[in-house]
Amino acid sequence: MKELMIGNAAIARGAYEAGATVATAYPGTPSTEIVSSFAEFPDVYAEWAPNEKVALEVGAGASIAGARTLVAMKHVGVNVAADPLYSFSYTGVNGGLVIVSADDPGLHSSQNEQDNRGYGRFAKMPVIEPSDSQEALDYTKLAFEISEQFDTMVMLRITMRLAHSQTMVETGAKQDVPMKEYKKNAAKYVMLPGFAKGRHVEVEKSLQQLQEYAETTPLNRIEMNDTGLGIITSGVPYQYVKEAFPHASILKLGLVNPLPQELIKSFAAQVDKLFVVEELEPVIEEQVKSWGIEVIGKDQLTLLGEYSTEYLQQQLGGQPMPPGFNLDKQVPARPPLLCAGCPHRGVFHVLRKMRLVVAGDIGCYTLGAIAPLEGMDTCICMGASIGTALGMEKARGPEFAAKTVAVIGDSTFVHSGITGLIDVVYNGGTSTVLILDNDTTAMTGHQDHPATGVTITKQPTNKLDIEALVKAIGVKNVRVVDPLKISELETALKEELARREPSVIICKRPCVLLPGTPKPNRKIYVDAEICNGCKSCIRVGCTGVTFQDEEKKAQINDGCIACGLCEQVCKFDAIKQTEV
Amino acid sequence: MQDKVTNILIVGVGGQGTLLTSRIIAKVAVQMGFDVKVSEIHGMAQRGGSVVSQVRYGKKVYSPIIKKGDADIILAFEKIEAARWLDYLKPDGMVIINNERVNPLPVMSGKEKYPDDIHEKITALLPKTTIIDATAIATRCGNVRAANVVLVGMLTAAVGIPAEEVEKAITGIVPAKALQVNLTAFREGLAAGA
Repeated sequence: MKELMIGNAAIARGAYEAGATVATAYPGTPSTEIVSSFAEFPDVYAEWAPNEKVALEVGAGASIAGARTLVAMKHVGVNVAADPLYSFSYTGVNGGLVIVSADDPGLHSSQNEQDNRGYGRFAKMPVIEPSDSQEALDYTKLAFEISEQFDTMVMLRITMRLAHSQTMVETGAKQDVPMKEYKKNAAKYVMLPGFAKGRHVEVEKSLQQLQEYAETTPLNRIEMNDTGLGIITSGVPYQYVKEAFPHASILKLGLVNPLPQELIKSFAAQVDKLFVVEELEPVIEEQVKSWGIEVIGKDQLTLLGEYSTEYLQQQLGGQPMPPGFNLDKQVPARPPLLCAGCPHRGVFHVLRKMRLVVAGDIGCYTLGAIAPLEGMDTCICMGASIGTALGMEKARGPEFAAKTVAVIGDSTFVHSGITGLIDVVYNGGTSTVLILDNDTTAMTGHQDHPATGVTITKQPTNKLDIEALVKAIGVKNVRVVDPLKISELETALKEELARREPSVIICKRPCVLLPGTPKPNRKIYVDAEICNGCKSCIRVGCTGVTFQDEEKKAQINDGCIACGLCEQVCKFDAIKQTEV
Repeated sequence: MQDKVTNILIVGVGGQGTLLTSRIIAKVAVQMGFDVKVSEIHGMAQRGGSVVSQVRYGKKVYSPIIKKGDADIILAFEKIEAARWLDYLKPDGMVIINNERVNPLPVMSGKEKYPDDIHEKITALLPKTTIIDATAIATRCGNVRAANVVLVGMLTAAVGIPAEEVEKAITGIVPAKALQVNLTAFREGLAAGA
């Protein structure tokens, strides 16, 4: 029976059917549901790793030990895992290993839109790209076969539009794949220069064989139609091409590295005009052009964002965009924002009030950068905040550090903030670091991590003690505050910034959306007699408080969860509480 | 089965329950034997931002997203969200608006005004626009959180899919203890849309 499935769930299903028994990941939109779905299958091991590098290393170990293994991450996570990636591509596998890279054209939930097909050529590994959930399932299964046949990990490259679109899937039976025998083989798995030299020879050989395989694999197919127009495409853009140009001939590539040179040449020879339709980088186009084939691609199509049917019709078919409706009215933008009662709001309110320079990091709290809080100066990548703050201090001196903080979430700190803090202590920095500990990985949908003390399957485990860890690193000044008690937080910040020593302030309060967070036993209200419409409470940017234009007064609405932040901000005591 | 693909755009504010609605409609389309594709937004945009779910069904569906100017129906959980996505509607398409106002950040902070006349503006352009107070109906049925199922009822009437198929889908998705309230809410929405 066919059922609807998001691409991510279909990949998990494909890995399960292929007999994979180990899966590992660090959560990151749009990849998160791959390994969380896999964890629900019986008799498998799944884990949240502290970061993507560890995830791939665990995956490499499982593969070398003989298991079929799935490793998943978002596109920028592959950068974190790049070190083991480039060496594991030399060692090759024992049990098949598939690494999923979930790219994000259009930056729906990311800091850049890098095209990870590029990793295929750079790390010399095959890259497979499905176009819908059925292909996600089928290609994942095939990817394990390819991995073992050619002794290489395989990258399954998807985009957000595949990851989070539900399409029809026919599931199959789980294959019984016996664990591969483990044999010590240092020349294959110990990457000393002498051994690696030998492995490079093998890698080039298997790439050569993959090149031949690419010419005949069912992953690549020609849909011959009108020969006036031919289109080479892959991934989700294939679907846009099918709708925009129903009569065109199509070469659909499922294996995008290495490319089938002969197949492409013969397809090009059969059509009058040839387009390459690929989102982001001209990965296919540049190779096709290098073989002397005339093709239209990025000279007419953008390097930015996602494509769509109407965009292709406009750029390649000369059809104008539909005119749309002239409403004669611009509607206000609706950016995402911190939830009512979010503990991060207290932090950014205080940081803005103190006019501090804030080196930020990645999580829900990055929303503290936008209006009205506007409490962040930099955000580069996962874990960058602490190193960035130290760099600022080393460039401009300790006086600058006295007005600078690094802000990082609990999950992000465990992911890649720890080494930054070690650098601060080791090299005599005086940074003040705020760890926003909300007891979860909130932005990706509340995944557990080492400091929550719970595993992906909700089993209790050791709870990493952040406070003890920070002290062990050598930070002497460590304190824990409630981020929604703003005067306490402000005092802590003033004292720690004044010290010419590293400090860590752990802002501890669970995410309001975590199940089990107790309902408040009080209600907040505005005393309309006292409220003078100064809007101090409005400037904290909470959805629980609204400004009434006619009455020129603030009002608490149904969204309020009585966190009490606006009550503390009001200088006139107009915001009060009652017990309920 | 007709070749035509039906395109439904469900828009709202992160947290309003648009995902449940798109999943109910998609399940119905599967039950009816159609090819179905649904595109959703997960991640950061869900934190109170503008969100969209797209449901497409027919004999064969390629793209998971609806083309501009090609939506048969826009179902808006919030008033100005209907306006934001209007360019996706067919010239003769239909708009269903939930009479709910959720202030976006620029309005909350007083930088911009909420356009109170947005429903009138849309109706002037598109006479087939319907506005419904799903929250009030859901409250009357016994649970304010069933507002999205009231909207499913409206949508069912508008698209012309069999109500019993939708009730079957709701029964499969909604937890047993909330089922009766949800079925009542669905029937109220259906009646309002008829």
